[in-house]
Amino acid sequence: MIAIIDYEAGNLTSVARAVKSLGADCRVTKDLGVIAGAERVIFPGVGAAGAAMASLRRLGLEAALKNALAAGKPVLGICLGTQIIFEKSEEDLAACLGILSGATVRFPVEHKDAAGQALKVPHMGWNGVTWRRPHPVFAGLPAEAEFYFVHSYYPAPAEAADVVGTTEYGLTFVSAVARANLVAVQFHPEKSGRPGLKILANFLAWDGKEGTRA
Amino acid sequence: MLSKRIIPCLDVRDGKLTKGIKFKGNVDIGDPVEMAAFYYREGADELVFYDITASSDARNIMLEVVRRVAETIFMPFSVGGGLRTVADMYAVLDAGAEKVSVNSSAVVNPQIIAEGARQFGSQCIVLGMDVLKVGVSDITPSGYEIVIHGGRKRMGLDALAWAKQAQDLGAGEICLNSIDADGTREGYELNLTRMISEAVSIPVIASGGAGVPQHLAEVLTVGRADAALIASMTHYGDYTVAQIKDHLHRQGIKVRRYW
Repeated sequence: MIAIIDYEAGNLTSVARAVKSLGADCRVTKDLGVIAGAERVIFPGVGAAGAAMASLRRLGLEAALKNALAAGKPVLGICLGTQIIFEKSEEDLAACLGILSGATVRFPVEHKDAAGQALKVPHMGWNGVTWRRPHPVFAGLPAEAEFYFVHSYYPAPAEAADVVGTTEYGLTFVSAVARANLVAVQFHPEKSGRPGLKILANFLAWDGKEGTRA
Repeated sequence: MLSKRIIPCLDVRDGKLTKGIKFKGNVDIGDPVEMAAFYYREGADELVFYDITASSDARNIMLEVVRRVAETIFMPFSVGGGLRTVADMYAVLDAGAEKVSVNSSAVVNPQIIAEGARQFGSQCIVLGMDVLKVGVSDITPSGYEIVIHGGRKRMGLDALAWAKQAQDLGAGEICLNSIDADGTREGYELNLTRMISEAVSIPVIASGGAGVPQHLAEVLTVGRADAALIASMTHYGDYTVAQIKDHLHRQGIKVRRYW
């Protein structure tokens, strides 16, 4: 069973629907016992970092997530879930989980492309990912695959070794990270059509070890 | 680099498409769920549903449509039409839509934008604007005025000022429909689109007037739009989404070509 952690940050039904469409048994839950018993964990989220961290702590879910990671269970972060895995966020100047080192930062206010044309924030829509190293969860994706993004902040990992994928939007930002049994993406695989479902399917088959083919 | 989005728009009444989609083979599909699945396979980047159902008891039919669409396609879609309260928005988002759009109800009560953004996040809230070219006046310094009720009622509200106000209230995106261009198939209103898109920092979806792929190329470059809404162009089989994207790609416009 896959636990989709519900910390009251946005609607998680789309994640659950995508996972179910792949034939997996999943539960959207804030029940600590259910999360402890899950075989793997998805940590999604949409919204603001400050409120998300407050809910996570109030519901006792910070410990639940960290226990799952410590137990070696495969964990997938999505969007806000990915952002708050780092030490802190510029959004609400929130202190975050510190599972990976680094911070979540905002796109510049006057954001421009190389030609000097203004870029909209949030970064909303489909964009590609340059895969920086192979990883079982991101295996089998065509280079031209694109993913659905909607965000104004992005993760800036301190450790280069944690970076798996990067995306161009006026600047190069990190859109996928991984360390041991943790993978996390800034985009929404559950809304990214076939390539997104491929990532979810890879995650469902992954044993949580890097370098092991799913 | 971010792709420009091509977004088919589907009008729904009482759970059925208002115009059955007629393909060259003369197949008439009236089911919005089937049509959503069709466009998902065909490479649309997002979908927009406008619920033009008049009676409130038919609202549950639309929610059921939204649920079935959400189980069928794994890409973003928005739902608009008749959403007046945060509770209305919640019902549609809970059923599985990625975004909700408000139009007339936001003109009447701008706070709906702020309340929706606070509750669900700006990225969920699309402001639909129906705009008429009226010429520059004290009331409309931009030369464009907001109209509601499908263009029948002028609101004495400047389009540019309203776009900026909606952004400040927390709208995450603007769907900009030109009443003058709508239905003409002679091209989008480039001047209006560029003016609004350059004045706000949130994405703008151009709407109204698409007839051939070159119209999309124009509005996505000269018009500075981030996305283009289409309807009859593809609904009746004159073009496929892939043909439109190929045309844009040949002109160096970044579009999503693998799906």
